[in-house]
Amino acid sequence: MHNKTIAELSAGLKDKQFSSEELTRAFIERAKQFDPKLNSFITLTEDLALEQARQADQRIQAGDNTPLTGIPIAQKDIFCTKDVKTSCGSKMLDNFYSPYDAAVVEQLNNTGMVLLGKTNMDEFAMGSSNETSFYGPVKNPWDLNTVPGGSSGGSAAAVAARIAPIATGTDTGGSIRQPAALCGITGMKPTYGRVSRYGMIAFASSLDQAGPLAQSAEDAAMLLNAMAGFDTRDSTSTELAVPDYQSTLNADINGLKIGIPKEYFGDGLDAGVQSAIEEALKEYEKLGAQLVDIELPNSALSVPTYYVVAPAECSSNLSRFDGVRFGYRCENPLDLEDLYKRSRGEGFGPEVKRRIMIGAYALSAGYYDAYYIKAQKIRRLISEDFKEAFKKVDVIMGPTTPTTAFNIGEKTDDPITMYLSDVYTIAVNLAGLPGMSIPAGFSENKPVGLQLIGNYFEEAKLLNVAHQYQLNTDWHRQIPGEFK
Amino acid sequence: MSLQKEDVEKIAHLAQLSINEEDIPGYLEELSKILHLVEQMNAVNTDNVEPMAHPQDSSQRLREDKETEINQRDAFQKIAPQVERGFYLVPRVIE
Repeated sequence: MHNKTIAELSAGLKDKQFSSEELTRAFIERAKQFDPKLNSFITLTEDLALEQARQADQRIQAGDNTPLTGIPIAQKDIFCTKDVKTSCGSKMLDNFYSPYDAAVVEQLNNTGMVLLGKTNMDEFAMGSSNETSFYGPVKNPWDLNTVPGGSSGGSAAAVAARIAPIATGTDTGGSIRQPAALCGITGMKPTYGRVSRYGMIAFASSLDQAGPLAQSAEDAAMLLNAMAGFDTRDSTSTELAVPDYQSTLNADINGLKIGIPKEYFGDGLDAGVQSAIEEALKEYEKLGAQLVDIELPNSALSVPTYYVVAPAECSSNLSRFDGVRFGYRCENPLDLEDLYKRSRGEGFGPEVKRRIMIGAYALSAGYYDAYYIKAQKIRRLISEDFKEAFKKVDVIMGPTTPTTAFNIGEKTDDPITMYLSDVYTIAVNLAGLPGMSIPAGFSENKPVGLQLIGNYFEEAKLLNVAHQYQLNTDWHRQIPGEFK
Repeated sequence: MSLQKEDVEKIAHLAQLSINEEDIPGYLEELSKILHLVEQMNAVNTDNVEPMAHPQDSSQRLREDKETEINQRDAFQKIAPQVERGFYLVPRVIE
C-alpha cells in the first residue's frame, strides 16, 4: 500500500479494498522499521492514529466521508496539535503540549485524515538542511550521508521514503520547495494568505505559508483543497473562495507561455542540475508550451533582503519565549532578567540565536532605516520584477536549488553558504507568490527539482502545469532503493 | 560594517539572550559576515520606492469589538513552568 499515491489510496478506501485502520497500521509499521535510519519523526502518534483511523472507517461505512477521510498524514512539528507534543524542533518547546489545534490541523481533522505523527524540522524552521533541529539531523532517503533539505526536511524525507503518504510543511524562504527538490517529491508553497497561519508557530509572519509535501501534483491538489481557505483568526488570511484544485488538473497546456529567468541559470548552478532542468523544459515544449526569455533583474538581492526581513520578524515573534508562560525555563533564576536571558540562551540553539541577534540589531535605534526599511524597499523592487514578468508569461520555471543534496556537515560551519542554497526560492516568499517544486530527474543519482512560480492565487494553474508533466514522465514515481 | 565585541554583548542584551563569553568571537565573526552580505542592498538606489510590508499590500482587517475568546486559564496554565493560585510565578521583582 505504501507505494500508492493518496489519490489511489482514497479510491481503495472508497472501494473497501482495505480499511483506514489497516492502512494506518501499515504506515506505522513502516515508520518503526525505517525511521531509525532517517530520524524524520519527532513524535509518532500511534494510539491517536489508530483511534482516528477507526473513526474514519465508521465515517466511510456511513457514507459521511471526504476524499481524504482515512488517509494518514504526517504534520510538520510547527503546527500546534492539541495535547500532542509540538516542539518546533527546539529544546525551548521540548516540554510543550499545545492546548489547542492549529487551523491546518483542525481542517485536516475535520476531513477525517489520520495523524501519523509530527515530523522533524530545523529549529523554529530556521535552516536549509534540518541540521539545526534539537532532535538531530534527518537523513535523505536517496543517500543517507546527505541532508534532506530544510526546514521541512522530516516531512520531505518521510514522503520520499513512503513512511507517510503525504505531509504538511511550511515555507518562509524555500522550506517546502527546497526539501521537496532534494528528496525527489512534489511540494507547494501557496500564495501568502491562502492557508491560515493560526496555530502555526511563527517565524517571519510576512513570509510564512503552509503547504503540502506530496508524491504528485494530484495529491498536492487534494490536500490543498482541505488546507486552503479564509480564517478570521489569521489577520493576513485572504478572503477569497477556494477553487477545486483537482477539477482543473487536466486542462490543456498547449500554448502555455513559460518564462525562463536568465538569472536562475547563471554562476553557481550545478551542471547536472542544469541539464536535468533543460530536459524538463524540452518536455514542456513537446506538450505544446512555449519558452520565453525573461529577466528578474533584482534576483541577486533576494538573499540579502531576506536576511534582514526574516530575522527582524523572527526577533519580534520569538520574544514570546520568555520562560514564564510555557516552554523551557532555566534552573534557579537569580532575578527576572536572569530568568529571561538564561531561559532563552539555554532554550534556543545557535542558528536561532544568530537570527534573533541580527533581527534585534536591524531593528535597533539608529539602524532601522538602513536595514529594515531599506530591505522593505528592495522587497518591492523584487516583487515588481515578477509583476513585469507575468505580463508576458503564464508561469515561470527554473531550478529549485543550485545543487542536489549536499553532505551532512558540509555547510554547517558557514551560515552564508547555507543561506545561498535558497537563492532561487527566497524571492518567491518576498513577493508572496505561489511556487512549487516537482521531481525532474537525477544528477549523479540524486533528485533534481524543477521550480514552478505562478501569479498570485494561481495555485490551480501551477498544479495543472505540474500534473501534465507528471502524466508524461515518471520521475515522481521513483522510490529510493532501500525504501521500496 | 564590522562589529566589535561590545556590539555583540549589547545586541544579546537587547534580545534578552545570555551568551557564553567563549562563544562571543564566533558570534562576532558570523554576525559580521551576515551584515556584510546584507550590505549588498546598499548598491541599489531606493529613493522613490515605497517600503513593502505585506505581499499584497493589504492592510489589517478590522472586526467588531466583541468578545470572541473563551476563558481557558486552566488549560493554558497547565503547561506553565510555575503557577500559583492562577498566577504565573517569576522571581521577586519588587522588594
